[in-house]
Amino acid sequence: MYDFTYHRPATIADAAAAFKACAEAQFLSGGQTLLPIMKQRLAKPANLIDLAGIAALRGASVDGQTVVIGATTPHADVAGAAEVRSTIPALAALAECIGDPQVRNRGTIAGSIANSDPSADYPAALLGLGATVRTDRREIAADDFFTGLFETALEEGEIITAVSFPVPKKAGYAKFPNPASRYAIVGVMAVETAAGVRIAVTGARPCVFRATSFEAALGASLSSAAALPAFPADGLNQDIHASAEYRAHLVGVMTKRAIAAAT
Amino acid sequence: MSSISVAMTVNGTRVSESVPARTLLVQLLREQLGLTGTHVGCDTSQCGACNVLVNGRAVKSCTMLAAQADGAEVLTIEGLESDGQLHPMQAAFKEHHALQCGFCTPGMVITAIDLVANDANPGEATIRKYLEGNFCRCTGYHNIVKAIAAGAEAMRS
Amino acid sequence: MADNGIGASVRRVEDDRFLTGRGTFTDDIDRPGQSHAWIVRSPHANAKIKSIDIAKAAAAEGVLAVFTGADMAADEVGSLPCGWDITNRDGSAMKTPPHPPLAVDQARHVGDQVALVIAESRALARDAAELVAIDYEPLAAVTATAAANKPGAPQVWDEIPDNLCYDSGWGDEAATDAAFKQAAHVTTLELINSRIIPNPIEPRVAIGEYDAGNGKHTLYTTSQNPHVIRLLMGPFVLGLAEHKLRVVAPDVGGGFGSKIFHYAEEAIVTWAAKKVGRPVKWTAERSEAFVSDAHGRDHVTTAELALDRGAKFLGFRVRITANMGAYLSTFSTSVPSFFCTSVLGGVYTTPAVYAQIKAVFTNTVPVDAYRGAGRAEANYQLERVVDKAARELGIDPVELRRRNLIPSSAMPYMTPMALEYDSGDFAANMDACLKAADYAGFEQRRAAAAKQGKLRGIGLSVYVEAAGLGPSHLAGKLGAHAGLYESAEVRVHPTGSVTVFTGSHSHGQGHETTFAQVVSEQLGVPLESIEIVHGDTDLIPFGMGTFGSRSIAVGGSAIMVACDKVIAKGKKIAAHMLEAEEANIAFADGVFSDSASNQTLTLGDIALSAYVPHNYPLDSLEPGLDETAFYDPPNFTYPNGCFICEVEIDEETGAVAVVSFTAVDDFGTVINPMVVAGQVHGGVTQGIGQALLENCTYDGDSGQLTTGSYMDYTLPRADDLPTFAVEHNEIPCAHNPIGAKGCGEAGATGSTAAVINAVINALAPLGIEQLDMPATPHVVWRAMQAAKAAAAE
Repeated sequence: MYDFTYHRPATIADAAAAFKACAEAQFLSGGQTLLPIMKQRLAKPANLIDLAGIAALRGASVDGQTVVIGATTPHADVAGAAEVRSTIPALAALAECIGDPQVRNRGTIAGSIANSDPSADYPAALLGLGATVRTDRREIAADDFFTGLFETALEEGEIITAVSFPVPKKAGYAKFPNPASRYAIVGVMAVETAAGVRIAVTGARPCVFRATSFEAALGASLSSAAALPAFPADGLNQDIHASAEYRAHLVGVMTKRAIAAAT
Repeated sequence: MSSISVAMTVNGTRVSESVPARTLLVQLLREQLGLTGTHVGCDTSQCGACNVLVNGRAVKSCTMLAAQADGAEVLTIEGLESDGQLHPMQAAFKEHHALQCGFCTPGMVITAIDLVANDANPGEATIRKYLEGNFCRCTGYHNIVKAIAAGAEAMRS
Repeated sequence: MADNGIGASVRRVEDDRFLTGRGTFTDDIDRPGQSHAWIVRSPHANAKIKSIDIAKAAAAEGVLAVFTGADMAADEVGSLPCGWDITNRDGSAMKTPPHPPLAVDQARHVGDQVALVIAESRALARDAAELVAIDYEPLAAVTATAAANKPGAPQVWDEIPDNLCYDSGWGDEAATDAAFKQAAHVTTLELINSRIIPNPIEPRVAIGEYDAGNGKHTLYTTSQNPHVIRLLMGPFVLGLAEHKLRVVAPDVGGGFGSKIFHYAEEAIVTWAAKKVGRPVKWTAERSEAFVSDAHGRDHVTTAELALDRGAKFLGFRVRITANMGAYLSTFSTSVPSFFCTSVLGGVYTTPAVYAQIKAVFTNTVPVDAYRGAGRAEANYQLERVVDKAARELGIDPVELRRRNLIPSSAMPYMTPMALEYDSGDFAANMDACLKAADYAGFEQRRAAAAKQGKLRGIGLSVYVEAAGLGPSHLAGKLGAHAGLYESAEVRVHPTGSVTVFTGSHSHGQGHETTFAQVVSEQLGVPLESIEIVHGDTDLIPFGMGTFGSRSIAVGGSAIMVACDKVIAKGKKIAAHMLEAEEANIAFADGVFSDSASNQTLTLGDIALSAYVPHNYPLDSLEPGLDETAFYDPPNFTYPNGCFICEVEIDEETGAVAVVSFTAVDDFGTVINPMVVAGQVHGGVTQGIGQALLENCTYDGDSGQLTTGSYMDYTLPRADDLPTFAVEHNEIPCAHNPIGAKGCGEAGATGSTAAVINAVINALAPLGIEQLDMPATPHVVWRAMQAAKAAAAE
């Protein structure tokens, strides 16, 4: 990787100040995506601001009907947290299928969602569960957060502090992994809330999205018996592992499996 | 070049080093501390040859800056023996022929110990799934899976 | 049998160092004053190098030197040699293009070495490498095997028309054509043997060092055969005589063929160390390994099987186009030709076999031997075609094979490709495998799977390899520039412990244990008193190294012969010391005994006398007890066996799961069953990997490698695999002293066909006849979609 200056602030305010003070700065959370990219010399931050020293950003808790995951909480902690497993087991299950055990021990929720990788798992959780991203400046609804390929609504220097998930009536996640990278070729979070059904799909398009045609077909509840319309292949990702047509097919299959898995 | 000072405990010994900021934990271990048992097999954070325990958790030391390990307790393959005796997981790997070329082995053993810390009695499917971040090109994993089950049993008793 | 001798599953002596982090892999070595190399590689598949400006890089922080191909050419550095010449069908010679370690005026594949930066650290070298300004003129590139020889294809080498390296014929074409004319049925199959990136988990490393005091060079390298590297690189590339070049291959983290070859980086660091006056270390990043380690396989094949009315095989004919890549790697040319065609008869009585092999250049990484080299490709073609013929004729695939197997009573058996199989009971292997895999119960399992929405399939493959390479005179006739013997020195020390110096390098095979078992058995010395030394040209008499499943059969036999020489000399010493007739001296379990007097002496007594020759026949015998043998095998060995694979396919996603895999192998005498089973597990996994997961692909337009990291190249993981059932059917090799046939490659050789036959068996009810490897979920799903569409018409 290229040379950089390393910063390790102890507070959110210090982190924000460091960002403002430094040129070409980037926040570092678990580093499981950023560091590999830097090793390949595809990212060249002159200043790296490590958020791991800020204790307030880490940890999972339940506040009434809301599960709050601190920004730098590693995936393994989300997967293993009793309060998450008992309230939104699908969220724990999703966290448990990110990367591999070592990546889950370092990678964090904020790092994942700030990157908005089209094949990452967490974006499906946020969008499906209707989560809210809390930052040092505001709250952003998941529906507004993911704006495109590796793009989010985050402003320059804005720091994610936590993600809050309303507890759904039920939810399930199903993932068809890329056999090599184990990222999602297609991942579907199927969620039933009091307000209706949300089907969030990752891996299939440049950015996580809701399968509105499936939501309409399902109506108010996640029913395994519901007939889903064919999912169109237009605009879906294609690569050496899966054509757009195959991904479209998998969106349907994984949705059914997510519904079947929902608890 | 931007340098930083890092201090941590490695295999029970306090170390402090001044290194370029871009130094990875694995580079600190191998190049500064001479702990060459931790290996580098890929550059995409997948193969797991570099796995070490940081504060008791298995991590990829090729995907962690030395700076991020400042203040941490690091355990590498060199730190597993006690009183000259192999750790039960090391012994199980030998007994069950769970290594051939030996290059992936340190990372495998570290992952196995991490697994047992989370699940004292893992079944075959659990073991295979937990090895998602460890590549072996020699053994077909058959004997590694057997060894981890046996090592877990030895660690329980 | 000694407790730890031949046949015992001795736990490995090398394990302790690997399990405690005390192994010494090449990257673990740092030489005093060492500098670090970074190699600038071509980003283009085919491009003229118009100019290289090194000024900025040379001036960068920590940089010692920057070199280009012109610098090496100015020092008269030669071309990396190809070690095997193939003759064309018309009798002319194959085309051998130059292969300079650093490209001079044209880069011919993505990753081709173009410039070298040497700096105080690897990071600084890499920083400076970005400052090397290279003006490329990109040219059209060809990467696909099938396209390379087509009219109008982009040219890899201007002087080599149609990218054709050679067009060779193997076997009796007229007899084979005649067999096809008589045939009642001909089965034809077009298939691709997919391209593989070998991926030992240890990336390649090379450290060059030059001692100006004695003019000697040392190269530490990740090699399966350090003597071969010394021979190829020393005299042929760098103009160094062997006595001034030491090559050390310490612990090596797997090879699978890819570390046989002499690579440019070895020559580069050896040359550069003298230029900069400091040791130079180069360590490959994994992404460099993807574009610089020799790849494997990559054949496009048309295979035809002719059968008579009774479904007896009359003839087998293949036409193969094999990808060589942009340059000829060390043994590249032999793989699709000799190694593939020699075993095309397989385990069958097929009387006529002919193969036409076209080797083509493409703008890709050089292709060379990968575990099972050539024989794996041959077996895949043959066993796929046999299964297809069985389907076409409505005969059970087991029954079709049974009708055509060479019976054990026919051994030794001369094949139409001029190999003489010395031993083997192919039907017994198959029967044992059918039983172990419960072939008879398969239909019940298929029905049970169907209830779970899974398509279950079963496939088998019977195989024979030509291994234990090999008779030097034969290899020479076939175009090899090398001999294929192996050396061993057995040094009995004065107090009876033993050091063995072997040319068979160990990089996972466990030679330090299994060779010691052989010595323990022969000399009656306990294992802990035996050390096996390998991997250093200054210590070992000579060595052809480890490839072609040859270590135990050839290297082990050399050790046996050297032990025999020790025993023979020991008998003379014993006869003198015991004042006995030499003919009356027997040796067993480490003890020499005189049958006339019943007096005995231990090997230790004899050794002490040999080194302290006070009571010793000095007039007729030299002191010392240190014997060397070079063993050149009279024939290849023929490991053989049967594999059965069962798969379940998720009909909704196309995902294939291997649910069971059964192997019955005849490796001849098994030295260490535990180690041998491990070799099968690993080999089979590489076959399953090729069949279902791994695929090296290039973008046809840009020539970029599209599977350039583990993010896209699927290496088999633990959860991709089943547990394996492995049995041995030991029929000793009839022609070597150890009785062993070799086990390193069998798993990879026989497994791909078993897996794909199982996949096709599962999909056949849908009307699917053919799939190419790898049968990824996407590939299988597409095939199912196409079959459903065809059925709906």
